[in-house]
This record gives sequence, C-alpha cells and structure tokens, in this order.
Amino acid sequence: MVNQIIGAVELGLVYGLMVLGVFITFRILKIPDLTVDGSVTLGMAVCAMLTNAGHPLLAIIIAFIAGLCAGSVTGFFQTKIHIPPILAGILTMSGLYSINLKIMSDGKPNISILGSDTLYSNLMQLTGCSKHTAYLIVSLIICVIVLIAVEFFFKTHLGLCICATGDNEDMVRATSIDPNKMKWIALALANGCVALSGAMYTQYMGYADVTAGSGTIVVGFASVIIGETICGKRGLSVGFISAIVGSVAYRIIIAIAIKTNLFPTYFLKLVSVIIIAIALGLGPVRAAFAAKRNKTRRQKANA
Amino acid sequence: MLELTNLHKTFAAGTPNEKKALKGLSLSLDAGDFVTVIGSNGAGKSTMFNAIAGTFITDEGKIVIDGEDMTFKPDTYRAKCIGRIFQDPMKGSAPSLSIEQNLAIPYSSTKKGIFHRAISKKDREYFREVLSKLDMGLEDRMNVPIGTLSGGQRQAVTLLMATILTPKILLLDEHTAALDPLTAEKVLAITKEIVETKKITTLMITHNIASAIELGNRTILLDDGKIVLDLKGDERKNLTVDSLLKMYREVKGKSFDNDRMLLS
Repeated sequence: MVNQIIGAVELGLVYGLMVLGVFITFRILKIPDLTVDGSVTLGMAVCAMLTNAGHPLLAIIIAFIAGLCAGSVTGFFQTKIHIPPILAGILTMSGLYSINLKIMSDGKPNISILGSDTLYSNLMQLTGCSKHTAYLIVSLIICVIVLIAVEFFFKTHLGLCICATGDNEDMVRATSIDPNKMKWIALALANGCVALSGAMYTQYMGYADVTAGSGTIVVGFASVIIGETICGKRGLSVGFISAIVGSVAYRIIIAIAIKTNLFPTYFLKLVSVIIIAIALGLGPVRAAFAAKRNKTRRQKANA
Repeated sequence: MLELTNLHKTFAAGTPNEKKALKGLSLSLDAGDFVTVIGSNGAGKSTMFNAIAGTFITDEGKIVIDGEDMTFKPDTYRAKCIGRIFQDPMKGSAPSLSIEQNLAIPYSSTKKGIFHRAISKKDREYFREVLSKLDMGLEDRMNVPIGTLSGGQRQAVTLLMATILTPKILLLDEHTAALDPLTAEKVLAITKEIVETKKITTLMITHNIASAIELGNRTILLDDGKIVLDLKGDERKNLTVDSLLKMYREVKGKSFDNDRMLLS
C-alpha cells in the first residue's frame, strides 16, 4: 500500500503543473479550455524527441514553449476569429493530434526513451539516491520553481489584468486594456504549464504515447475541485498551491480506490466525471435543500 | 477638448427594425466644461456616449478629442483618455478583486515595462489617501473583495478608478440612477468635487432635471438623435425646472409625458 501511495504522490507532482494550467484557465479566466488534452501530449512528444537526442533539460524547456504556442493558437481562435471557447479548444486539441504524431518520428504512435538520460536519472547518478527519491525531488523542484514564477507573474500588473478579465471584461476594456490580449496570454501560459507537465510525465514514465493525453482535462478539473475542497478558496496564492495539492490528492484517492478493488482501472474516467459532477452540483443541491427547509418551516408555522 | 461633427449612426440598417439613433449630432466642448445631458428615452444620449467611447464606429461624421482624430480608433485606445461610468454599479469593477487591486488596474497601466509589480507600497499609500476622501471608511478595507461593497460604495470606487489617472473626457451615464436618494446625493457630491478639483471635461446624462440644472456649466437636450437645446452662460443661470420643461415642450411641440423625467 505504501508503495502505491508513494507512486501516487509522484504522479500527482508530475501532473501538478497540468492542474495548475487548468486552474489558470478554469478558475482565473473562467473559460474551460479543452486544449489541454492536446497540449499535454504535445509536451510528451517534444520531450521524448529531445530527451532521446540527449538534452533532457532543454527537452522540458522546449516542451513549455511548444505549449505556449498551442495555447496561443487557441487564443487566436477565440479572440481573432471569435470561435466559442469550448470549440476553440477542441479544434486546437484535434489539430494537435496530427502534429504530435508528426513530431514523434513521422507518425509513430509511441516512443520509448528508456536508456536516455533524464532529469531523474541525472539526479540519481549525481547523488546516488534511489529512484523514488529522485522522482520526488526533481518533480518537487520543478513544481516549486514554476509555482514561484506563476505567483510572481500574477502579482504584476499584467497578471492583475488577467484576473480582472476573468472577473469583468467590460471593466478591463474601459481601462484601455485589451481583454483579448489578456485571454491570449493566459491561455498560452496555462498550456505552457500543461505541456511542461507532459514533458515531466515522459521522463518519469520513460515513454511518450500519442493517446496518453486523452481525458487529461477531466482529471484536471477534478483535481482543481479536490484541491479547493482541501485548501478552501482563499485567494490566488493558496489557489496555485491547491492545484498541486489537488493533483496529488486525486492520485492518492484513485490509488486507494484501485488498491481496495473499489473499481477497476478502466473506471478511472467515469469516477473523475462523477467527482466533478458532484462537486459542481453541490451548490445547486444545497440551495434546493435550503429552499425546501424554508418552505416546510413556514408551512408548519402556519398550520 | 471634444469635437463631435455631424455624427450619424443607424442600427440594423435596411431591415424593418432600422433605427436612426444619431442624425447629424454636433457638439463642441471646451476644456473643463461640465455638461449635463438630458432627453427622453431613445433620444440618443447613450448612443452619443457609445460613439465617443468607441463602442461602435459611427457611419458618418468626425470625433476629435484634444486635437486627436479618434473617428476610427478602437475603444481600448480611446479608453486611455476617456473615463466612463455606467448606471449599473456592478459593471465598473471586478468583484472578486480587492479595492486596491481594482484601483491598481487603471493606476498602474501607464507604468513602464510589463512585469512591474501591480501595487507598490507607495501606490497603497496613495490609494489610502484618495479612498479616505470618500469618507466611507473604505481606506481601512482595501483588501476586501469589491463585490462585498454596497452599490453606492462600488460606484464611488468606480468613480475613483475612472479619474485616478485624470482622463481628458469623463462620461457619466446616469451613474446615480441605481442608487437610493441619499447615496445618490453623496456620489453626486463626490463627482462634483473630483471633476472640479481635477478640472475634467465631463458629460453627465441624468433624468433628474434639478441636478441637471444645478451641476455643471452647460446643459444640452437631446431629441431624436440631435441636440435641440444648448444652454450656457446667462441663459442657463436663470433656469428653473419649470422653465426648462417648458422649453422642452416647445421644442417637442407636444405634451411632455415621460414619467422618467423626475420633477424633483
């Protein structure tokens, strides 16, 4: 069981930045961005090719930049040709499927990077630490660096304007800031984080697979919601950390559920969907109960 | 300061719903003018504001602000020199951001570089100072999300946001209409104070004839997409609610029965 939990924490950290990306679009920009399924695989593909070429660190950085570009395409669809946000994300995601195959040695559906140096294996060779220690330390360091950078970014005026765009677009427009530009930047940044997470996944698992990204967005939403349940909604800084916490918590919940034979592995996505539906449904259900209580109380009083 | 020349705008042109909202509207404002704008619903008051702010591009005519031709400039460009406040107090600020963050969005937008800090210590002190002038106790609640404030408080902060970098033109679109009479009076007093100390050229739409006469140095009356009355100087000094309504009736040439024109 302990092994499963450790594995879950590792995977949770690896996917933490993906959840951070989803948090930026879903919670700050208040747009559900479906590009994620494509951009996480884009990160995997780019990383696999460059890691095999012998540049593990560069692989992760270029994956981030590739993610920025993918997000920009969605931004372009949304703001320049006014495609509705959900469809814009779906278009980019579908287009990326072909691009990812092109990147992966002209159409191979999966690529192994076993034998190539990764950031994890580098740390193991350098310090002689165990595999799992390396997984935890490297993932944690990358997460913390990105968290600090994102935290700093959202403390700047540009970051503030992005928050305001998600909150009240008219007001941003009235202060001579172009909300379309803000959306564009936020979508790019979010997908950069997502692709970076995909790159970490490739180095962690030792392969890239063109189908590995499908359903990622659902996991992302579920993790954001779990994170908020654990940490509460208390401002942006807590929100960023709650994204990582939510990612780890999600993986632990799933690991326990599978270990205890609560449901088979192929039920993962259905369970994620149910978690999201319950979390989002909680508000309306509470309101309905409150209204019902109010009604019965007054009927009793009248009787 | 502001030159509107022969503005025309038709909505839904060529359809049965065609509406000629502006029909050759011209207006010239000097720097520091405080103009109150009156007229019945559908007269084109808000359309004129939208034309100035660049919400749409006019069909014909010319818009010049402080010597710069703005006729074809987009709204976000014009917003650099225009402050605008709407009737709905919820429209002018971002509810989940704090008071100081809301103020920082217009205030820090002219700072150089893109990665500068949104709010410095000095900014915070300045915000505290301007907020304390509102006399609403907001200077001690600068970290509170603005969505938790009352409509009047939000409108007062919106007024600060619109004027924190002195705009060349301030457009007030019935900005006190959604507030209770006491709060409305207070927000109007703050408006007057800010506009006079900063000497901002201001256009204010109002349905309250009394405040249209009391505030500012000029009153214009819009009807059917044109300016039909333009009162300033001595002519305006002796104006009363009754005489203004009489003039309006004469212009309209029919009985005046708009219940939104409050005789207060």
